[in-house]
Amino acid sequence: MTEASPPAELAIETQGLSKRFGHRAAVDGIDLAVPRGSVFGFLGPNGSGKTTTIRLLLGLAAATHGHIRVLGGEMPRQLATVLPNVGSLVEGPAFYPFLSGAANLRRLDSADLHASPRTRAARVDEALERVGLSHAAGKKVRAYSLGMKQRLGIAHALLRPRELLVLDEPTNGLDPQGTREVRSLVRSLSAGGTTVFVSSHLLAEVEQMCTHVGVMSVGKLVAQGTLHELRAAGKATIRLHTPDIEAAVRVLSRLGLQSELSAPPPGSYGPDGQSLVSTGPPGHEVAPETIVAALVSDGVRVRGFGVEDASLEERFVSLTGEGFDIAG
Amino acid sequence: MDAAPGPPGVSPASALPSSSWSLMASELSVLFRRLRTWAMLLALAAIPILIAAAVKLSSHPVAPGRGPPFLDRITQNGLFVGVTAMVVSVPLFLPLTVGVVAGDTIAGEANLGTLRYLLVAPAGRVRLLLIKYAAAAAFCLAATLTVAAAGALAGVALFPVGPVILLSGDTIGVGESAVRSLLIAAYIAVSLLGLSAIGLAISTFTDVPVGAMAATIVLSVVSQVADNLPQLEWLHPWLFSHYWLGFADLLRQPISWTSFSDNALLQAGYIVAAGALAYGKFTSKDVLS
Ligand SMILES: Nc1ncnc2c1ncn2[C@@H]1O[C@H](COP(=O)(O)OP(=O)(O)OP(=O)(O)O)[C@@H](O)[C@H]1O
Ligand SMILES: [Mg+2]
Repeated sequence: MTEASPPAELAIETQGLSKRFGHRAAVDGIDLAVPRGSVFGFLGPNGSGKTTTIRLLLGLAAATHGHIRVLGGEMPRQLATVLPNVGSLVEGPAFYPFLSGAANLRRLDSADLHASPRTRAARVDEALERVGLSHAAGKKVRAYSLGMKQRLGIAHALLRPRELLVLDEPTNGLDPQGTREVRSLVRSLSAGGTTVFVSSHLLAEVEQMCTHVGVMSVGKLVAQGTLHELRAAGKATIRLHTPDIEAAVRVLSRLGLQSELSAPPPGSYGPDGQSLVSTGPPGHEVAPETIVAALVSDGVRVRGFGVEDASLEERFVSLTGEGFDIAG
Repeated sequence: MDAAPGPPGVSPASALPSSSWSLMASELSVLFRRLRTWAMLLALAAIPILIAAAVKLSSHPVAPGRGPPFLDRITQNGLFVGVTAMVVSVPLFLPLTVGVVAGDTIAGEANLGTLRYLLVAPAGRVRLLLIKYAAAAAFCLAATLTVAAAGALAGVALFPVGPVILLSGDTIGVGESAVRSLLIAAYIAVSLLGLSAIGLAISTFTDVPVGAMAATIVLSVVSQVADNLPQLEWLHPWLFSHYWLGFADLLRQPISWTSFSDNALLQAGYIVAAGALAYGKFTSKDVLS
């Protein structure tokens, strides 16, 4: 970034961004807004346009329509000043198989006009250390496992201090240990002020490390916001345990909630009584204390009460469709 | 990092003029540390060694006018091994290796997927093209020098060495003849620059390096075939291979530089044309590999 450009609120901002391959739109008019300092989960099923969007953001491919700003700079016009501050992993790692891991990082670092050759060796060592590859630094990449290559790809993104990291499915091919390490790495980078834009189709992963989420479906951005907002947009569920089922159903439906009987949760509340699960229509929120007060004032004996947020998975499926069909 | 103002890790663009050299050095080291490059250089070195060994072991003397030019002179003077080997490798072996290196420049990186990481570094598309071309040109020089050097070594080892009689009938000493050998090597290296530029241009059009290599090599053959068809005489001076074997002028006293400069001019034309094509394609290309 040049000092002239104003500090932008958004690390990534697109307007009407589209990319066509032939007459099929891989990315179809998306308006991304990734706040600075956020960990932004970019969710979507296979073929929904995540990688294509990332290619557009990084200036690898030209957009058919729309505008892109990354770190306040217009892309791809200001690519030369923007990209040195962006670390990236795009569609998996790629390396020279005949070079060692460390030699690969030195090679790619030398392509960066702003990277100092003097500190190169030290930075390469440090990046390898961070992803736990120091012991394999001298080994040819040809002999690396998938997970080791993935780690090396992440090390490459970390070669210099970055303002923004764009990681396309960073945990692909990693073992559970590696997945955990990536999560904690992302958290520590985010704590240090780096904005992280991470694409994934693994919901649990996004749920665990992201503050913001965008959901792609067939090239369109169908939802975007904080993790909390996205969950809240789904149906919250209340779970009630009581012997007075009929009275309870009456009270709940007066509050606009639909109820159905469910199996009592394990470790139950007593022999008499049954469990109810109630949900309202999306966006219809009734405060839990209001529900309990209404129940109690109508003489319903509340033995157990709980509120469960909709899981992100339910929300994701409702946004992108249930099937395994890949858009194509 | 440098103690520059601004965001961490960012230094002013002007602070590190050495970084282009850094990528050039890296490019050369990737090219010349590669097993494939060494295999090609070794194969080229084998050509003069084979020629020298064949002449040495054969019982009857080579009749003048049979076989490649200068072959008959090897037994009298080992210094001709290198020249003979260069003549032999110009039509096929050198274009073959140059086609492999030039065809691989961009397509090879695209095929490995490293192209996208070089571009987001950001290496700069124009800068990357220039550096790739410079490395391919360095390979042209390395390839011809390999043939010349292996020829000199084989000649000195197997045959007597002495003053050389030039095509003009003058005699030059061993030192002067080494200079002439290097001049021929330089002439051939320059001859291959146009082909390298063509290979680079083709390489920007595909993600399949073998395709770009094959196309480049086929073009070098087509150009030489066309150069031998009298029906296409009008085309001959425009073919990039037209002056490939024209270095005999460097074996006269005094040296006639016309073919050298004609060749250099023609190659420069091809570099400009193919370079413009490569630039046009590569700077607007979607990198989707
Ligand atoms: N080079 C290309 N040529 C034509 N179509 C392409 C090309 N690359 C991608 N597409 C199409 O664009 C769409 C989006 O692809 P993209 O790779 O962006 O999906 P993705 O969300 O990254 O999927 P995944 O989760 O599998 O990585 C797909 O329908 C794909 O077929
Ligand atoms: Mg993808």
